[in-house]
Amino acid sequence: MSRRRVVVTGLGATTPIGGDVTTSWSALLAGTSGVRNLTEEWAQTLPVHFAARVAVEPSEQMERVELRRLDRSEQFAIIASREAWKDSGSPDIDKERLGVVIASGIGGVTTLLDQYDILREKGARLVSPHTVPMLMPNGPAANVGLELQARAGVHTPVSACASGAEAIGYALEMIRNNRADIVVSGGVEAAIHAMPMSGFAAMKALSTRNDEPQRASRPYDLNRDGFVLGEGGGILVLEEYEHAVARGAKIYCEIAGQGLTSDGYHIAAPDPDGVGVQRAVKFALRDSGLTTKDIVHLNAHATSTPAGDVAEANALRAALGADADHVAVSATKSMTGHLLGGAGAIESVFIVKTLQDRLAPPTINIDDLDPAVTVDVVRDKPRGLPGGDIAALNDSFGFGGHNVVLVFKSI
Amino acid sequence: MALAPADVLAGLKEIVEEVAGIPAASIELDKNFTEDLEVDSLSMVEVVVAAEERFGVKIPDEAVTDLVTVGDAVNFIVNAAK
Repeated sequence: MSRRRVVVTGLGATTPIGGDVTTSWSALLAGTSGVRNLTEEWAQTLPVHFAARVAVEPSEQMERVELRRLDRSEQFAIIASREAWKDSGSPDIDKERLGVVIASGIGGVTTLLDQYDILREKGARLVSPHTVPMLMPNGPAANVGLELQARAGVHTPVSACASGAEAIGYALEMIRNNRADIVVSGGVEAAIHAMPMSGFAAMKALSTRNDEPQRASRPYDLNRDGFVLGEGGGILVLEEYEHAVARGAKIYCEIAGQGLTSDGYHIAAPDPDGVGVQRAVKFALRDSGLTTKDIVHLNAHATSTPAGDVAEANALRAALGADADHVAVSATKSMTGHLLGGAGAIESVFIVKTLQDRLAPPTINIDDLDPAVTVDVVRDKPRGLPGGDIAALNDSFGFGGHNVVLVFKSI
Repeated sequence: MALAPADVLAGLKEIVEEVAGIPAASIELDKNFTEDLEVDSLSMVEVVVAAEERFGVKIPDEAVTDLVTVGDAVNFIVNAAK
């Protein structure tokens, strides 16, 4: 029996540039920054006073009683999953053949910290009984699974900033392995809070361009100085190809394969030789039955850190060789900021839209392209992609040395 | 300090509306917390803690299982406050 093919039949997102996929995608093509000054008092005491909050608050998209029982990361998961499920045609499916794989890098960290404040100020009696279900990293997946009554399995891979991509890869395998026919997959993050931001700032990982927040996320620019923390989430409905055809579903594209490796190098720093990234690209192409010639677009991890962007670009150049010349590279974190566990997921949503519209989104804020960057970066304006069969890559890397590469293919 | 049952009911309505999202107008003495008002075991903890704060009474954990309806809770709180 030939391998079960997996396609994308639904999309959902809530991002710093839009409350849904259509709005986010339009804003992305227009080169809109979602980065803003944080007005909260605590933010003024940190080295970094800005972040990329979601464009539409969950309170505008959900019932009040839902909001108080869900961590912000769970709210994003529910909002994006509802959109994606509806977009897929709200399929009537045997729930034992329906799975959910939604990741988060840090889980319900704001709930944990807020409840700790309550514990210290008011005592144990006042700690919310919803605390544990809200702070557990599998909470976003569990709540979506509950809403959809998914019974094939609900999972949460955790690999820092590679989590969202790893979740989509896990979902791909669930369908290939015949555990499920449809899997709702993606990643979310809601970590804009003094504590995690202080931790990232202490690592010198965040940009401190406080006088120009909207210009702070500048992947590949010579004067990049760190990433901008973003929040939100992206969801893809993955479905077995024959199942999608049989119910007459709208099919966006195929998710053709994935490559996973680990660096074994450093807990946070990228391997400057990018060997692990190169191997992940190679494995992903092999898994998808494609070659470097087929790849026309890459939505890069490119977080705007001095070391990371160049290490990634070098690794891609080494992995793709001369074929890197026909790969249009977009760094959409220049507009959305870095959603950590949500990053690989919203970027996968953007790749699906890129293949649909044959338009690679721009990378903003590159005043002076770093000469060490040896890939073809799409700057300022969207770039048209060729007709015919095309394929695109999403790469995501996480603290801990996790490398995930996903391959999407036109259909 | 004695509490009037009508005042306790009014307060409980507000608490249950806040915790479970059920409109106060549909909350009556004979309503069952779990079956009628979607107050599950976790949310019941919230209702109890909020009621203790609001009415200045103690509702021990072992008493909570007997509070099946809104009326049970009103009676318990009124008696506890005497």
